[in-house]
Amino acid sequence: MSMWEYANPRLFMSWTRPVLPWTFGLAGVCLVVGLVWGFFFTPDDFRQGSTVKIIYLHVPSALMAINAWIMMLVASLIWVVRRHHVSALAARAAAPVGVVMTLIALWTGAVWGQPMWGTWWAWDPRLTSFLILFLFYLGYIALWEAIEDPDTAADLTAILCIVGSIFAILSRYAVFFWNQGLHQGASLSLDAEKNVADVFYYPLLICIAGFVLLFLALVLMRTRTEIRARRIKALQARGQDA
Amino acid sequence: MIALLKRDLRLALRAGGGFGLGLAFFLIVVVLVPFGVGPERAVLRPIAPGILWIGALLAALLSLDRIFALDHEDGSLALLATSPLPLEAAGLVKASAHWITTGLPLTIAAPFFGFLLLMQPEAYGYLLLSLLIGTPALSMIGTFGAALTVGLRRGGLLLSLLVLPLYVPTLIFGAEAVRRGAAGLDASGALILQGGITAGCFAILPFATAAVLRINLR
Repeated sequence: MSMWEYANPRLFMSWTRPVLPWTFGLAGVCLVVGLVWGFFFTPDDFRQGSTVKIIYLHVPSALMAINAWIMMLVASLIWVVRRHHVSALAARAAAPVGVVMTLIALWTGAVWGQPMWGTWWAWDPRLTSFLILFLFYLGYIALWEAIEDPDTAADLTAILCIVGSIFAILSRYAVFFWNQGLHQGASLSLDAEKNVADVFYYPLLICIAGFVLLFLALVLMRTRTEIRARRIKALQARGQDA
Repeated sequence: MIALLKRDLRLALRAGGGFGLGLAFFLIVVVLVPFGVGPERAVLRPIAPGILWIGALLAALLSLDRIFALDHEDGSLALLATSPLPLEAAGLVKASAHWITTGLPLTIAAPFFGFLLLMQPEAYGYLLLSLLIGTPALSMIGTFGAALTVGLRRGGLLLSLLVLPLYVPTLIFGAEAVRRGAAGLDASGALILQGGITAGCFAILPFATAAVLRINLR
Protein backbone atom coordinates (compact mmCIF):
# COMPACT_ATOMS: atom_id res chain seq x y z
CA MET A 1 0.00 0.00 0.00
CA SER A 2 1.54 3.27 -1.05
CA MET A 3 1.31 6.47 0.91
CA TRP A 4 -1.13 7.83 -1.66
CA GLU A 5 -3.74 5.38 -0.40
CA TYR A 6 -4.03 7.42 2.78
CA ALA A 7 -5.21 10.34 0.68
CA ASN A 8 -8.29 8.43 -0.40
CA PRO A 9 -11.14 10.52 1.06
CA ARG A 10 -12.77 7.61 2.90
CA LEU A 11 -9.48 6.43 4.39
CA PHE A 12 -8.51 10.02 5.13
CA MET A 13 -11.71 10.49 7.11
CA SER A 14 -11.16 7.27 9.06
CA TRP A 15 -7.54 7.87 10.02
CA THR A 16 -7.95 11.53 10.82
CA ARG A 17 -10.86 10.91 13.20
CA PRO A 18 -8.71 9.39 15.96
CA VAL A 19 -5.66 11.50 15.14
CA LEU A 20 -7.42 14.85 15.25
CA PRO A 21 -8.17 15.09 19.01
CA TRP A 22 -4.59 14.07 19.77
CA THR A 23 -3.21 16.76 17.50
CA PHE A 24 -5.43 19.38 19.11
CA GLY A 25 -4.51 18.11 22.56
CA LEU A 26 -0.78 18.13 21.89
CA ALA A 27 -1.02 21.58 20.30
CA GLY A 28 -2.86 22.84 23.39
CA VAL A 29 -0.30 21.34 25.78
CA CYS A 30 2.62 22.75 23.80
CA LEU A 31 1.05 26.19 23.55
CA VAL A 32 0.12 26.35 27.23
CA VAL A 33 3.53 25.11 28.41
CA GLY A 34 5.45 27.24 25.92
CA LEU A 35 3.48 30.43 26.48
CA VAL A 36 3.30 30.15 30.28
CA TRP A 37 7.00 29.31 30.45
CA GLY A 38 7.76 32.11 28.02
CA PHE A 39 5.61 34.76 29.64
CA PHE A 40 6.15 34.06 33.33
CA PHE A 41 9.37 32.12 33.78
CA THR A 42 11.85 33.86 31.53
CA PRO A 43 13.79 36.96 32.53
CA ASP A 44 13.19 40.31 30.87
CA ASP A 45 15.66 41.26 28.18
CA PHE A 46 18.15 43.86 29.33
CA ARG A 47 17.38 46.16 26.43
CA GLN A 48 13.85 45.33 25.36
CA GLY A 49 12.40 44.69 28.79
CA SER A 50 9.29 42.53 28.91
CA THR A 51 8.34 43.31 25.30
CA VAL A 52 10.77 40.61 24.20
CA LYS A 53 8.12 38.09 25.16
CA ILE A 54 6.05 38.88 22.10
CA ILE A 55 8.43 36.59 20.18
CA TYR A 56 6.56 33.60 21.58
CA LEU A 57 3.62 34.62 19.41
CA HIS A 58 5.34 36.60 16.70
CA VAL A 59 8.06 34.22 15.53
CA PRO A 60 5.92 31.04 15.40
CA SER A 61 3.01 32.75 13.65
CA ALA A 62 5.31 34.37 11.08
CA LEU A 63 6.93 30.99 10.50
CA MET A 64 3.57 29.31 10.02
CA ALA A 65 2.29 32.06 7.74
CA ILE A 66 5.08 31.24 5.29
CA ASN A 67 4.91 27.48 5.85
CA ALA A 68 1.17 27.48 5.23
CA TRP A 69 1.77 29.00 1.81
CA ILE A 70 4.51 26.43 1.12
CA MET A 71 2.14 23.67 2.18
CA MET A 72 -0.51 25.08 -0.18
CA LEU A 73 2.08 25.14 -2.96
CA VAL A 74 3.00 21.49 -2.36
CA ALA A 75 -0.66 20.48 -2.16
CA SER A 76 -1.38 22.39 -5.38
CA LEU A 77 1.48 20.65 -7.15
CA ILE A 78 0.20 17.28 -5.95
CA TRP A 79 -3.26 18.18 -7.22
CA VAL A 80 -1.91 19.25 -10.61
CA VAL A 81 0.24 16.15 -11.00
CA ARG A 82 -1.72 13.37 -9.28
CA ARG A 83 -5.21 14.88 -9.02
CA HIS A 84 -5.85 13.82 -5.46
CA HIS A 85 -8.99 15.61 -4.40
CA VAL A 86 -8.00 15.64 -0.75
CA SER A 87 -4.86 17.53 -1.67
CA ALA A 88 -6.82 20.33 -3.35
CA LEU A 89 -9.21 20.50 -0.41
CA ALA A 90 -6.30 20.62 2.03
CA ALA A 91 -4.84 23.57 0.12
CA ARG A 92 -8.20 25.29 0.33
CA ALA A 93 -8.44 24.49 4.03
CA ALA A 94 -4.97 25.87 4.76
CA ALA A 95 -5.51 29.30 3.20
CA PRO A 96 -7.70 30.91 5.91
CA VAL A 97 -5.42 29.52 8.61
CA GLY A 98 -2.49 31.08 6.77
CA VAL A 99 -4.30 34.42 6.62
CA VAL A 100 -4.90 34.39 10.35
CA MET A 101 -1.26 33.49 11.01
CA THR A 102 -0.16 36.38 8.78
CA LEU A 103 -2.48 38.73 10.63
CA ILE A 104 -1.19 37.55 14.03
CA ALA A 105 2.38 38.08 12.89
CA LEU A 106 1.59 41.57 11.53
CA TRP A 107 -0.41 42.54 14.61
CA THR A 108 2.06 41.28 17.22
CA GLY A 109 4.81 42.93 15.21
CA ALA A 110 2.94 46.23 15.34
CA VAL A 111 2.32 45.88 19.08
CA TRP A 112 6.01 45.21 19.61
CA GLY A 113 7.15 47.88 17.18
CA GLN A 114 5.15 50.65 18.83
CA PRO A 115 7.25 50.83 22.05
CA MET A 116 10.48 49.59 20.44
CA TRP A 117 10.67 51.42 17.12
CA GLY A 118 8.21 54.15 18.13
CA THR A 119 5.89 53.29 15.25
CA TRP A 120 3.10 50.82 14.54
CA TRP A 121 4.15 50.34 10.98
CA ALA A 122 7.26 50.91 8.93
CA TRP A 123 7.76 50.29 5.23
CA ASP A 124 10.43 47.79 5.99
CA PRO A 125 11.16 44.90 3.57
CA ARG A 126 10.05 42.16 5.91
CA LEU A 127 6.89 43.93 7.01
CA THR A 128 6.02 44.90 3.47
CA SER A 129 6.56 41.44 2.03
CA PHE A 130 4.29 40.06 4.73
CA LEU A 131 1.61 42.52 3.75
CA ILE A 132 1.98 41.38 0.15
CA LEU A 133 1.78 37.75 1.29
CA PHE A 134 -1.49 38.70 3.02
CA LEU A 135 -2.81 40.10 -0.28
CA PHE A 136 -1.82 36.89 -2.08
CA TYR A 137 -3.79 34.89 0.48
CA LEU A 138 -6.83 37.12 -0.03
CA GLY A 139 -6.69 36.72 -3.80
CA TYR A 140 -6.32 32.96 -3.48
CA ILE A 141 -9.31 32.64 -1.17
CA ALA A 142 -11.40 34.99 -3.29
CA LEU A 143 -10.73 32.90 -6.39
CA TRP A 144 -11.80 29.73 -4.55
CA GLU A 145 -15.01 31.41 -3.49
CA ALA A 146 -15.78 32.86 -6.92
CA ILE A 147 -15.85 29.64 -8.94
CA GLU A 148 -18.77 27.26 -8.69
CA ASP A 149 -17.40 24.05 -10.15
CA PRO A 150 -15.07 22.52 -7.52
CA ASP A 151 -12.66 20.86 -9.95
CA THR A 152 -12.26 23.99 -12.05
CA ALA A 153 -11.74 26.00 -8.88
CA ALA A 154 -9.11 23.55 -7.68
CA ASP A 155 -7.27 23.70 -11.01
CA LEU A 156 -7.32 27.47 -11.28
CA THR A 157 -6.32 28.12 -7.67
CA ALA A 158 -3.52 25.58 -7.98
CA ILE A 159 -2.06 27.44 -10.94
CA LEU A 160 -2.59 30.78 -9.17
CA CYS A 161 -0.75 29.37 -6.14
CA ILE A 162 2.21 28.24 -8.26
CA VAL A 163 2.47 31.51 -10.19
CA GLY A 164 1.83 33.47 -6.99
CA SER A 165 4.70 31.69 -5.26
CA ILE A 166 7.12 32.78 -7.96
CA PHE A 167 5.94 36.35 -7.64
CA ALA A 168 5.93 36.23 -3.84
CA ILE A 169 9.62 35.32 -3.89
CA LEU A 170 10.29 38.00 -6.52
CA SER A 171 8.44 40.61 -4.47
CA ARG A 172 10.38 39.69 -1.38
CA TYR A 173 13.73 40.39 -3.04
CA ALA A 174 12.38 43.37 -4.94
CA VAL A 175 11.24 44.86 -1.66
CA PHE A 176 14.73 44.42 -0.18
CA PHE A 177 16.12 46.31 -3.12
CA TRP A 178 13.52 49.01 -2.61
CA ASN A 179 14.16 49.84 1.01
CA GLN A 180 16.72 49.02 3.62
CA GLY A 181 15.28 47.38 6.68
CA LEU A 182 14.48 48.24 10.23
CA HIS A 183 13.64 44.66 11.20
CA GLN A 184 16.30 42.67 13.00
CA GLY A 185 17.80 39.54 11.49
CA ALA A 186 16.33 36.10 11.93
CA SER A 187 15.96 35.01 15.55
CA LEU A 188 16.38 31.38 14.66
CA SER A 189 18.29 29.58 11.97
CA LEU A 190 20.07 26.29 11.67
CA ASP A 191 23.44 27.56 10.51
CA ALA A 192 23.79 30.73 12.58
CA GLU A 193 26.36 30.62 15.33
CA LYS A 194 24.28 32.66 17.68
CA ASN A 195 20.55 32.25 18.02
CA VAL A 196 18.53 33.89 20.76
CA ALA A 197 19.84 33.15 24.23
CA ASP A 198 19.04 29.73 25.70
CA VAL A 199 16.59 31.06 28.28
CA PHE A 200 14.35 32.27 25.47
CA TYR A 201 15.26 29.47 23.09
CA TYR A 202 13.56 26.44 24.68
CA PRO A 203 10.13 27.97 25.37
CA LEU A 204 10.26 29.44 21.86
CA LEU A 205 10.86 25.99 20.37
CA ILE A 206 7.91 24.62 22.33
CA CYS A 207 5.73 27.48 21.10
CA ILE A 208 6.78 26.80 17.52
CA ALA A 209 5.91 23.12 17.97
CA GLY A 210 2.56 24.22 19.38
CA PHE A 211 1.85 26.44 16.39
CA VAL A 212 2.86 23.70 13.94
CA LEU A 213 0.54 21.23 15.67
CA LEU A 214 -2.25 23.77 15.87
CA PHE A 215 -1.89 24.45 12.15
CA LEU A 216 -1.94 20.72 11.41
CA ALA A 217 -5.01 20.20 13.56
CA LEU A 218 -6.89 23.13 12.03
CA VAL A 219 -6.04 22.06 8.48
CA LEU A 220 -7.09 18.47 9.16
CA MET A 221 -10.33 19.64 10.72
CA ARG A 222 -11.09 22.05 7.89
CA THR A 223 -10.21 19.40 5.30
CA ARG A 224 -12.65 17.03 6.96
CA THR A 225 -15.28 19.73 6.83
CA GLU A 226 -14.57 20.32 3.14
CA ILE A 227 -14.92 16.60 2.40
CA ARG A 228 -18.21 16.48 4.27
CA ALA A 229 -19.47 19.56 2.44
CA ARG A 230 -18.51 17.94 -0.85
CA ARG A 231 -20.38 14.78 0.11
CA ILE A 232 -23.49 16.71 1.08
CA LYS A 233 -23.39 18.52 -2.25
CA ALA A 234 -23.08 15.18 -4.06
CA LEU A 235 -26.03 13.78 -2.11
CA GLN A 236 -28.14 16.84 -2.85
CA ALA A 237 -27.29 16.62 -6.55
CA ARG A 238 -28.36 12.98 -6.52
CA GLY A 239 -31.57 13.89 -4.70
CA GLN A 240 -32.47 16.46 -7.34
CA ASP A 241 -31.98 13.95 -10.13
CA ALA A 242 -34.26 11.37 -8.53
CA MET B 1 -0.47 34.72 -35.14
CA ILE B 2 -0.13 37.86 -37.21
CA ALA B 3 -3.72 37.52 -38.37
CA LEU B 4 -4.93 37.19 -34.79
CA LEU B 5 -2.88 40.20 -33.74
CA LYS B 6 -4.32 42.27 -36.59
CA ARG B 7 -7.83 41.15 -35.74
CA ASP B 8 -7.43 42.07 -32.08
CA LEU B 9 -5.96 45.45 -32.90
CA ARG B 10 -8.72 46.21 -35.37
CA LEU B 11 -11.35 45.21 -32.83
CA ALA B 12 -9.78 47.41 -30.18
CA LEU B 13 -9.70 50.35 -32.56
CA ARG B 14 -13.22 50.01 -33.92
CA ALA B 15 -14.85 49.21 -30.61
CA GLY B 16 -13.87 52.75 -29.69
CA GLY B 17 -11.78 53.74 -26.77
CA GLY B 18 -9.21 50.99 -27.26
CA PHE B 19 -6.41 53.50 -27.34
CA GLY B 20 -8.17 56.47 -25.85
CA LEU B 21 -9.78 55.16 -22.73
CA GLY B 22 -6.60 54.05 -20.97
CA LEU B 23 -4.88 57.30 -21.83
CA ALA B 24 -7.81 59.40 -20.64
CA PHE B 25 -7.85 57.45 -17.40
CA PHE B 26 -4.11 57.99 -16.99
CA LEU B 27 -4.60 61.72 -17.59
CA ILE B 28 -7.36 61.90 -14.98
CA VAL B 29 -5.26 60.11 -12.37
CA VAL B 30 -2.41 62.52 -13.01
CA VAL B 31 -4.72 65.54 -12.83
CA LEU B 32 -6.29 64.35 -9.59
CA VAL B 33 -2.99 63.98 -7.77
CA PRO B 34 -2.25 67.71 -7.39
CA PHE B 35 -5.76 68.19 -6.01
CA GLY B 36 -5.04 65.49 -3.48
CA VAL B 37 -1.56 66.41 -2.34
CA GLY B 38 -1.29 70.08 -3.24
CA PRO B 39 0.19 71.81 -6.29
CA GLU B 40 3.59 72.82 -4.84
CA ARG B 41 6.64 71.82 -6.79
CA ALA B 42 8.40 70.58 -3.63
CA VAL B 43 5.56 68.12 -3.02
CA LEU B 44 4.90 66.99 -6.58
CA ARG B 45 8.43 66.58 -7.86
CA PRO B 46 9.58 63.75 -5.56
CA ILE B 47 6.38 61.73 -5.95
CA ALA B 48 6.01 62.20 -9.72
CA PRO B 49 7.86 58.99 -10.76
CA GLY B 50 5.77 56.87 -8.42
CA ILE B 51 2.48 58.51 -9.43
CA LEU B 52 3.25 58.07 -13.11
CA TRP B 53 4.04 54.40 -12.61
CA ILE B 54 0.95 53.78 -10.51
CA GLY B 55 -1.17 55.63 -13.06
CA ALA B 56 0.23 53.49 -15.88
CA LEU B 57 -0.42 50.35 -13.84
CA LEU B 58 -4.04 51.28 -13.12
CA ALA B 59 -4.66 52.29 -16.71
CA ALA B 60 -3.30 48.93 -17.88
CA LEU B 61 -5.53 47.19 -15.34
CA LEU B 62 -8.59 48.98 -16.65
CA SER B 63 -8.65 47.26 -20.01
CA LEU B 64 -7.61 43.80 -18.84
CA ASP B 65 -11.03 42.20 -18.55
CA ARG B 66 -11.66 42.94 -22.23
CA ILE B 67 -8.79 40.69 -23.31
CA PHE B 68 -10.73 37.44 -23.20
CA ALA B 69 -14.24 38.32 -22.03
CA LEU B 70 -15.68 39.36 -25.41
CA ASP B 71 -14.11 36.42 -27.21
CA HIS B 72 -15.47 34.13 -24.55
CA GLU B 73 -18.99 35.49 -24.92
CA ASP B 74 -19.24 35.11 -28.70
CA GLY B 75 -17.47 31.76 -28.72
CA SER B 76 -14.40 32.78 -30.67
CA LEU B 77 -12.22 31.79 -27.72
CA ALA B 78 -13.37 28.19 -28.15
CA LEU B 79 -12.55 28.46 -31.86
CA LEU B 80 -9.10 29.74 -30.95
CA ALA B 81 -8.56 26.79 -28.65
CA THR B 82 -9.39 24.29 -31.40
CA SER B 83 -7.41 26.11 -34.11
CA PRO B 84 -3.94 24.83 -35.11
CA LEU B 85 -2.39 27.81 -33.32
CA PRO B 86 -1.24 26.66 -29.87
CA LEU B 87 -3.07 28.35 -27.03
CA GLU B 88 0.25 29.52 -25.59
CA ALA B 89 0.86 31.55 -28.75
CA ALA B 90 -2.69 32.89 -28.63
CA GLY B 91 -2.06 34.12 -25.08
CA LEU B 92 1.14 35.76 -26.20
CA VAL B 93 -0.65 37.48 -29.07
CA LYS B 94 -3.43 38.68 -26.78
CA ALA B 95 -0.84 40.14 -24.42
CA SER B 96 0.94 41.84 -27.33
CA ALA B 97 -2.30 43.33 -28.59
CA HIS B 98 -3.05 44.61 -25.10
CA TRP B 99 0.41 46.11 -24.88
CA ILE B 100 0.14 47.82 -28.26
CA THR B 101 -3.23 49.32 -27.37
CA THR B 102 -2.42 50.37 -23.78
CA GLY B 103 1.23 49.92 -22.79
CA LEU B 104 2.75 51.59 -25.82
CA PRO B 105 0.49 54.69 -25.82
CA LEU B 106 1.00 55.03 -22.07
CA THR B 107 4.76 54.90 -22.53
CA ILE B 108 4.69 57.53 -25.24
CA ALA B 109 2.31 59.79 -23.33
CA ALA B 110 3.97 59.46 -19.91
CA PRO B 111 6.61 62.19 -20.44
CA PHE B 112 3.87 64.70 -21.25
CA PHE B 113 2.13 63.79 -18.03
CA GLY B 114 5.51 64.20 -16.38
CA PHE B 115 5.29 67.91 -17.24
CA LEU B 116 2.00 68.15 -15.38
CA LEU B 117 3.63 66.70 -12.28
CA LEU B 118 6.65 69.02 -12.65
CA MET B 119 9.08 66.13 -12.89
CA GLN B 120 12.83 66.78 -13.20
CA PRO B 121 13.98 67.00 -16.82
CA GLU B 122 16.71 64.38 -16.25
CA ALA B 123 14.11 61.74 -15.37
CA TYR B 124 12.20 61.72 -18.68
CA GLY B 125 14.56 59.35 -20.45
CA TYR B 126 14.44 56.92 -17.55
CA LEU B 127 10.67 57.16 -17.38
CA LEU B 128 10.37 56.27 -21.07
CA LEU B 129 12.88 53.46 -20.80
CA SER B 130 11.46 51.91 -17.65
CA LEU B 131 7.90 52.02 -18.99
CA LEU B 132 9.07 50.55 -22.27
CA ILE B 133 10.72 47.66 -20.41
CA GLY B 134 8.06 47.23 -17.73
CA THR B 135 4.68 47.59 -19.46
CA PRO B 136 5.03 44.35 -21.50
CA ALA B 137 5.30 42.51 -18.18
CA LEU B 138 2.15 44.29 -16.98
CA SER B 139 0.30 43.13 -20.10
CA MET B 140 1.53 39.54 -19.78
CA ILE B 141 0.65 39.29 -16.06
CA GLY B 142 -2.70 40.90 -16.80
CA THR B 143 -3.41 38.41 -19.57
CA PHE B 144 -2.80 35.60 -17.12
CA GLY B 145 -5.17 37.23 -14.63
CA ALA B 146 -7.80 37.80 -17.33
CA ALA B 147 -7.54 34.14 -18.36
CA LEU B 148 -8.04 33.11 -14.73
CA THR B 149 -11.28 35.05 -14.38
CA VAL B 150 -12.67 34.63 -17.90
CA GLY B 151 -15.58 32.39 -16.97
CA LEU B 152 -16.74 34.50 -14.05
CA ARG B 153 -19.70 36.78 -14.30
CA ARG B 154 -18.25 39.63 -12.30
CA GLY B 155 -14.55 38.97 -12.58
CA GLY B 156 -13.42 42.58 -12.80
CA LEU B 157 -13.00 43.24 -9.11
CA LEU B 158 -11.49 39.84 -8.46
CA LEU B 159 -9.14 40.42 -11.38
CA SER B 160 -7.66 43.50 -9.74
CA LEU B 161 -7.24 41.65 -6.43
CA LEU B 162 -5.38 38.85 -8.21
CA VAL B 163 -3.28 40.94 -10.57
CA LEU B 164 -2.18 43.91 -8.45
CA PRO B 165 -0.03 41.91 -6.00
CA LEU B 166 1.67 40.32 -9.01
CA TYR B 167 2.51 43.81 -10.27
CA VAL B 168 4.55 44.63 -7.16
CA PRO B 169 8.06 43.71 -8.40
CA THR B 170 7.60 45.49 -11.74
CA LEU B 171 6.29 48.59 -9.98
CA ILE B 172 9.14 48.65 -7.46
CA PHE B 173 11.89 48.40 -10.04
CA GLY B 174 10.18 50.73 -12.50
CA ALA B 175 9.56 53.54 -10.04
CA GLU B 176 12.99 53.00 -8.50
CA ALA B 177 14.68 53.38 -11.87
CA VAL B 178 12.91 56.69 -12.53
CA ARG B 179 13.60 57.94 -9.01
CA ARG B 180 17.29 57.13 -9.33
CA GLY B 181 17.36 58.76 -12.74
CA ALA B 182 15.75 61.89 -11.29
CA ALA B 183 18.31 61.98 -8.49
CA GLY B 184 21.15 61.62 -10.98
CA LEU B 185 22.15 58.17 -9.71
CA ASP B 186 22.93 55.07 -11.74
CA ALA B 187 19.62 53.42 -12.62
CA SER B 188 20.95 50.59 -14.76
CA GLY B 189 20.63 48.01 -11.95
CA ALA B 190 16.91 48.59 -11.53
CA LEU B 191 16.37 48.63 -15.29
CA ILE B 192 18.25 45.35 -15.75
CA LEU B 193 16.28 43.65 -12.95
CA GLN B 194 13.07 44.94 -14.48
CA GLY B 195 14.10 43.57 -17.84
CA GLY B 196 14.77 40.24 -16.14
CA ILE B 197 11.26 40.20 -14.69
CA THR B 198 9.73 41.02 -18.07
CA ALA B 199 11.75 38.28 -19.75
CA GLY B 200 10.78 35.82 -17.02
CA CYS B 201 7.10 36.72 -17.41
CA PHE B 202 7.27 36.03 -21.12
CA ALA B 203 9.06 32.75 -20.51
CA ILE B 204 6.62 31.36 -17.92
CA LEU B 205 3.26 33.07 -18.11
CA PRO B 206 2.12 32.06 -21.63
CA PHE B 207 2.12 28.46 -20.43
CA ALA B 208 0.21 29.31 -17.27
CA THR B 209 -2.23 31.39 -19.33
CA ALA B 210 -2.82 28.55 -21.79
CA ALA B 211 -3.29 26.02 -18.98
CA VAL B 212 -5.80 28.28 -17.26
CA LEU B 213 -7.69 28.89 -20.50
CA ARG B 214 -7.92 25.15 -21.18
CA ILE B 215 -9.38 24.63 -17.70
CA ASN B 216 -11.87 27.44 -18.17
CA LEU B 217 -12.99 26.17 -21.56
CA ARG B 218 -13.41 22.58 -20.38
